[in-house]
Amino acid sequence: MADVENIQNKVARNKRFDGIFAIIGLLATLVGMITLAALILDLATNGLSRLSPHFFTSFPSRFPAQAGILSAWVGTCFVMIVTALTAVPMGIAAGVYLEEYAPKNWLTALIEINIANLAGVPSIVYGLMALGLFVYQLKLGQSILSAGLTLALLILPIVIVATRESIRAVPSSMREAAYALGATKWQTTRDHVLPYSMGGILTGIIIALSRAIGETAPLITIGALTFIAFLPDSPFKAEFPFISFEWLWSPFTVLPIQMFNWVSRPQQEFHLNAAATGLVLMVMTLAMNGIAIYFRYRFRKRIKW
Amino acid sequence: MKNGPIGGKMELQEGVKALRIDMPATQMDTTTPEAAVERPQPIFDIENVNFYYGDKQALKSINVEIAEKKATAFIGPSGCGKTTLLRCLNRMNDLILNTRVTGSIQLDGKNIYDPSTDIIQLRRRVGMIFQKWNPFPKSIYENVVYGLRIVGVNKRSTLDEVVEKSLRRAALWDEVKDNLHKSAAEMSGGQQQRLCIARALAVEPEVILMDEPCSALDPISTAKIEELIHELKDTFTIVIVTHNMQQAARVSDYTAFFYLGELIEFGETGKLFTAPEKRQTEDYITGRFG
Repeated sequence: MADVENIQNKVARNKRFDGIFAIIGLLATLVGMITLAALILDLATNGLSRLSPHFFTSFPSRFPAQAGILSAWVGTCFVMIVTALTAVPMGIAAGVYLEEYAPKNWLTALIEINIANLAGVPSIVYGLMALGLFVYQLKLGQSILSAGLTLALLILPIVIVATRESIRAVPSSMREAAYALGATKWQTTRDHVLPYSMGGILTGIIIALSRAIGETAPLITIGALTFIAFLPDSPFKAEFPFISFEWLWSPFTVLPIQMFNWVSRPQQEFHLNAAATGLVLMVMTLAMNGIAIYFRYRFRKRIKW
Repeated sequence: MKNGPIGGKMELQEGVKALRIDMPATQMDTTTPEAAVERPQPIFDIENVNFYYGDKQALKSINVEIAEKKATAFIGPSGCGKTTLLRCLNRMNDLILNTRVTGSIQLDGKNIYDPSTDIIQLRRRVGMIFQKWNPFPKSIYENVVYGLRIVGVNKRSTLDEVVEKSLRRAALWDEVKDNLHKSAAEMSGGQQQRLCIARALAVEPEVILMDEPCSALDPISTAKIEELIHELKDTFTIVIVTHNMQQAARVSDYTAFFYLGELIEFGETGKLFTAPEKRQTEDYITGRFG
């Protein structure tokens, strides 16, 4: 009888632990949720009043009520285009190479460790390197191109790691099936490995771009302007060849820098502008995450295991 | 085997008898000693093959010939090397790191491990069916035509023809002809395995390697696939690895028994199962070990 009682006591204790952990877990989740909610609420109460079409179509000004974020959001979009166009193909290619093609030896192991470490390097270090390499050595100037390439380098490790993780999740039986039919490595990768892992890769890409969109330090390091009252050259032209890459060489600013600039001013009104900019940045990030979720859903639905 | 040695043997002999009725006449008369046996042309000539996973030797100087347009079964307990040898025949083991093979495997007189061998060509001549069915997560149609698409065949009428022909050969056409664009994953396990067979047949290989193709299937699906193997061996050379000795007895013309990486005995299936020459073979097929 004593034994049965003993066991019952133990079961009761285990149940208590179960309950306690559930409460701790809930609290931990709530801390994150409440902080995020408070942040959004704070930005919204301060900044919402400033959000108007005029805010998006005006250049910065020394009068807070007339100042807008036109040059900042256009700059952010242009920089992100450069970043995405360089980091995504390079990251996927590197991930595919390391996972599918590279021989497994000490050299690739070393590369692997380095990439994991690169993902943890502080962004300001990337800024310093980019200042030396892109701005001075390659003479790209303090331009959108330099900024886009800097952020591309910054997020490249994230894209590579996400690609490798997703590729590794593709069952090897799929590769064997393709190889057994006489497919080459490239055909197997193109027709099977990449399509089946695209959901995960896209999620990684969007997470990486969400990180890039909020980066400030490396862009200030390479010499982004904090006050700019003109737009980069338009990429579309009315006359032949209808497309222009002049904008790549243009000086720029981006949303987080604009925000930083306004926060550092003494006037209260500028702080409202900063809050409104923060809100815009946050909505852009959330929208990107939304796109990632949508893509993941689409790709998962299309592939039925 | 769960049932006792006696019960196991009886079942086996029934299986062998059933097989003998189906056997072509030339094989029925093989009561004479080996020299007089009319051996069909070998398609694979495996000579002195050793295989290593790292330092571990998995195959020890294997010598065996695979007859053309016959079914050859590899049997033996787990870890005896039968799957390893099977995967050598289309160089699937190349995909596994740290492996090494010595000796020669000749396909129509040409060593497939020669550096000049085109592995892509080899795999199109020697198709493979895996233990766990592995259709691509695409439509039934796209699964069957994949082997053609990768060599640039995209003409709709050709593909349609191949799909029907391959699915008919794999005894699947009547079940799926109205749902060719449905996902392969929605089919039953047995259907998926027959789809994999159809996919392999679509590239018109000469040899089909089957690695325990029924080990995860129910008896009815198994029977369907065994029936299929019987039909296919008129056109194709079949090499099948199986744990199921009744299956080996039912579907194969020749059987090779492996134990601990060595080929213990090789011969006509009827003879190997009724009058094995080696003690180990007898012990294994009567269920005394393995």
